[in-house]
Amino acid sequence: MIPSSFEYMRVSTVAEAIDALRHDTDAKVLAGGHSLIPAMKLRLSQPSKLIDISRIPALNFIRDRGKYIAIGAATTHGTIATHKTTVQKLPLLAHAASMIGDVQVRNMGTIGGSIAHADPAADWPAVLLAAGATIVVEGSTGVKKIPASEFFVDFFTTQLGEGELITEIHVPEPTVGTYRQAYAKFVQPASRFAIVGCAIQFELKDGVISNAHVAYNGVLACAFRDAAVESSLNGQPLTEATIENAASKAGAGSNILSDNFASAPYRAHLTKIYTKRALQSCLA
Amino acid sequence: MKIPIKVLINNKEVKTMVEPRQLLVFLLRDQLRLTGTHIGCDTSSCGACTVHLDGNAVKSCTVLAVQVDGRSVHTIESMAGSALHPIQEGFKEEHGLQCGFCTPGMIMTTANLLRTCPNPSEHQIREALEGNICRCTGYHNIIKAVQYAADKLQKEVKHV
Repeated sequence: MIPSSFEYMRVSTVAEAIDALRHDTDAKVLAGGHSLIPAMKLRLSQPSKLIDISRIPALNFIRDRGKYIAIGAATTHGTIATHKTTVQKLPLLAHAASMIGDVQVRNMGTIGGSIAHADPAADWPAVLLAAGATIVVEGSTGVKKIPASEFFVDFFTTQLGEGELITEIHVPEPTVGTYRQAYAKFVQPASRFAIVGCAIQFELKDGVISNAHVAYNGVLACAFRDAAVESSLNGQPLTEATIENAASKAGAGSNILSDNFASAPYRAHLTKIYTKRALQSCLA
Repeated sequence: MKIPIKVLINNKEVKTMVEPRQLLVFLLRDQLRLTGTHIGCDTSSCGACTVHLDGNAVKSCTVLAVQVDGRSVHTIESMAGSALHPIQEGFKEEHGLQCGFCTPGMIMTTANLLRTCPNPSEHQIREALEGNICRCTGYHNIIKAVQYAADKLQKEVKHV
C-alpha cells in the first residue's frame, strides 16, 4: 500500500511548523508517523503536505520543572518508557509507554502524535486523563494549555484547532508513597492496541482512597473518566470489597464500541475485569 | 516531485532521489535491491520489514524514505561477515525458522534486544519479539536461537 502523493518539508523550529501549517490548511504534521502513515497508506488521510517536526530539538525532551514533568510532543514512547526522569517520577507513564505496540513501534511513535490522532483504542489518552496531564498547544495566536479532561472530545477528535501544534505534555508529579497508579489493558494481539484499557490514579491516606481518577480507552468513541467508578472509590478503604464494588459500576455507559475484535457486551465485561485488575495491582 | 536524500545504508553512503511517499522498505528492496528485508503484513504488525535506524529497530513499511535522510540504516545484509553472525548461527543451529520469511525481521529485532540486554530472560525475549510474527515455528525454537546467540556473544565479549 502506498500513500497518495504529497509534498514534504522538514522544519527545525516550532515557529516554522506553525507558519507552514497556516499556509496550507490541508497539510499534516509528521512526527514518528506511526498513526499517520498507516492512515495514509489506507488513503483514509490524503494530506497535501507533510511537515516533519521530528527533528525540532525543542519538541524532544523530558524535563523536571518542579511541580510537573514536561514531555516534548515529539518524544518517542520508547524514550518515555526508559528515561530516568519518567521511570523515577512518573512510573505510570513509563509503565504505560512500555506497553504500547512493540519495540519497533515504540522506537518511532511519539506521545504528541498519538494524542493528536486520538485513536479511541490508543493508550496515552486514558493514561493522561488518569495522571491529570495538561496538553500545551501552540498556534499563530499563541500558546494554550488544555487539561487532558477537555482535550479528547470524540472519535479521532480533539480540541486541537486548525493550524495548531501540540508542543508539550505537562504531567504533575504524584507524591510517591501516597499515590497509587496502574494501567491494565486487554491487547489486540496483532496491532497491540487496547481492546479495553483502564488507567487509575488515586491518593491513599491512612488506608482511605481519595482523589480517584479512573479513565478508560477502547470503550467509547474517545477516552473518558468514569465518575460513577471514581465516586465508588473515594472515601472507601482499599479492600477487595471496594474493588468489587467499583468494578461492578464500570462499563455501564451506552454507546460502547463494537467491532470484529469485541462486541459491546464483551467490551462492557472486559471494562469491569480490567478495572478490577488495575485496582488489584494497587493493593501490593 | 522527487527530492534528494543522503542515507548511510549498511555503512555505505547512498545518494538518491525519492518521491516523498516512497516507503523505506521499497527504497531498500526496489531501488537498492536489498531484498533481505521482507514485506509481510504491510501494516506495521508483523515485523518482517524490521531494520535498524540509527541503531534502533523500526518497521520499514511504516517509515518514509525521506524520514531517514541524513541518518543511518542497517539491514539484514549487514549482519554476516565472512561467517554468519552469532544470531544467524543461533537460528540455524536451533531450527529457529521453517519457511524463513520472518527470519530477517526476527534477527534484526534480536540484535536490538541483545545490544540493550545482553543476557535476557525467556520472558524478556518473548516480550522483545512481540512485534515479530512467525507462522511456522510456534516461537519455542526462536527463543532457543536467541538464547544461543546471547550465550555466544557473551563468550566473544569475554575473550576480548
